[in-house]
Amino acid sequence: MTLFDDKPAVLLTGASRGLGRALFEELARAGARVVGVARHAEAVAQVAAELRARGLEAHGLGADIGDKRDIHRIAGAAAALVGPIEVLVHNASTLGPTPLPLLSDTACEDFERTLQVNLLGPFRLSKALAGHMLVSGSGLIVSISSDAATSAYPGWGAYGVSKAALDHLGRIWAAELAGTGVRFLAIDPGEMDTDMHRAALPDADTATLAAPADVAARIVRFLAHSQATPSGTRLEAAKLEAA
Amino acid sequence: MNPARQPRSVRSAGRLLHVSLASGSIAHRSPNQLPELLEPGDLLVFNDAATLPASIAGRAAGEPIELRLLGAESDGSWRAVAFGAGDHHTPTERRPEPPRLMPGARIDLPGLTAFVERALPPSPRLLRVRFNAEGAELWSRLYRAGRPVQYSYVSSPLELWDVQTAYASVPWAAEAPSAGHPFDTALLLALRRRGVEVATVTHAAGLSSTGDAALDAALPLEERLAVPARTADAIPRARRAGRRVIAVGTSVVRALESRAAESGGLLPAGEGSTCLRIGPGYRRQVVDGLWTGMHEPTESHHALLLAFAPRALLERALAEAETAGYLGHEFGDACLLL
Repeated sequence: MTLFDDKPAVLLTGASRGLGRALFEELARAGARVVGVARHAEAVAQVAAELRARGLEAHGLGADIGDKRDIHRIAGAAAALVGPIEVLVHNASTLGPTPLPLLSDTACEDFERTLQVNLLGPFRLSKALAGHMLVSGSGLIVSISSDAATSAYPGWGAYGVSKAALDHLGRIWAAELAGTGVRFLAIDPGEMDTDMHRAALPDADTATLAAPADVAARIVRFLAHSQATPSGTRLEAAKLEAA
Repeated sequence: MNPARQPRSVRSAGRLLHVSLASGSIAHRSPNQLPELLEPGDLLVFNDAATLPASIAGRAAGEPIELRLLGAESDGSWRAVAFGAGDHHTPTERRPEPPRLMPGARIDLPGLTAFVERALPPSPRLLRVRFNAEGAELWSRLYRAGRPVQYSYVSSPLELWDVQTAYASVPWAAEAPSAGHPFDTALLLALRRRGVEVATVTHAAGLSSTGDAALDAALPLEERLAVPARTADAIPRARRAGRRVIAVGTSVVRALESRAAESGGLLPAGEGSTCLRIGPGYRRQVVDGLWTGMHEPTESHHALLLAFAPRALLERALAEAETAGYLGHEFGDACLLL
């Protein structure tokens, strides 16, 4: 029995580019009925249309996870399209301004915006969806983390703080809902060849970076058999063994 | 009874009037004391319908209009009630009539257009409409254009954040299934620790008032419902074990009793709809107790309460609540008939 046997309803944020786009495809291919969200409505609708053309169930929703007014719009539209959400994947994130400024040089507003997208958005969306998972007796909320959550890299201040807090958000939620069937996991995907990575580190040797499609496939293979993984666990994609 | 004029910032902070159906005694409690009023194995059933952004202001036939959506039909059309100029600040019964809209009439809404398919009995204000978008695009636009339905006793504009229950999921409800507002996560976890079981139905709770005499007399209109397999299993299990089934909200009573009535007392999982009206003398097959808001005899939900308790007991409970300063309507205090 895998997570995807019953074609679960999945909500994925940041679904139009990079790892999110690859996760959109892998989740749908695994059998999930997926609603992908991204700020760029046309781009995410296009990804969904491509997946539907391949016979997969995918819907694209244009919305801003960093805007509180969009949260019930995302939660409600997603449930209207695929039914009660059983798996939520917080993938959307922003680096903040690039080139990456030192903390002392980061504008207060830029710091706030990074937290809005990377932390408050996931908090609000989890809050909107976890209650139904609780009364249903099951649910999974996955946060895509970063090694910047655990290592203090100069220049990665706003992003690293937001990801560290996102990890801890999931751990505390896991403690509060322990034993209810609602589980929380964080996954550090590692360094990938994405637009975001190029924006952060334009001089990096892309030959050393993982392809988002490979990382997404690895994550989805892991999630399929993740039922025994304790809630609140943080994992690194590079160390995930497909069961 | 005075209405509560705003949502509570702490869901469970209101009051709970416990009316014992066995003894007729009345006690003042807090929602947080519910676990001690229940026994392990008792089953609470919630309506998990999320509230639609059902109120959409627009223009039709050159006049301002407000549509209040009742919900989507299986063929992709929607039922809606039209209101004339104005907004929730004017009591519904004082709102002007909307223009008479014939089949094919166009209603211009923010970012969205609706076309009237036809008016439905019993009122020319009850319309079947079709939007010029579908799927994710339709839902995305509806949430941009609409707001939750609200009434004149709540003056500041409500957001969906104010009206959703903690466990809301699929957006089917024209108005919030508000009996569930006091249930926060802490209370749900306390119930779980007590051994109380929980289950859900989805019921498209409708409008409580339109200001149109013919339409108001016909409320509740036909409403869509769904019973998940998990709930269809849990209810007979609880009953076999001699445990009580307690509905959170009148919409749950309608969903469960109508489903049971049309299946000879069984409760099959699946979707359907109901026109069932429950009132005094109704023989309940499924639901033993009811958690509900404070309902006065003038409200449409009150008749349903008479299927649980005699009129004299409800009158005594209401008088006691009034004296004690309980608040009514969707953000008000709660009542447990058990």
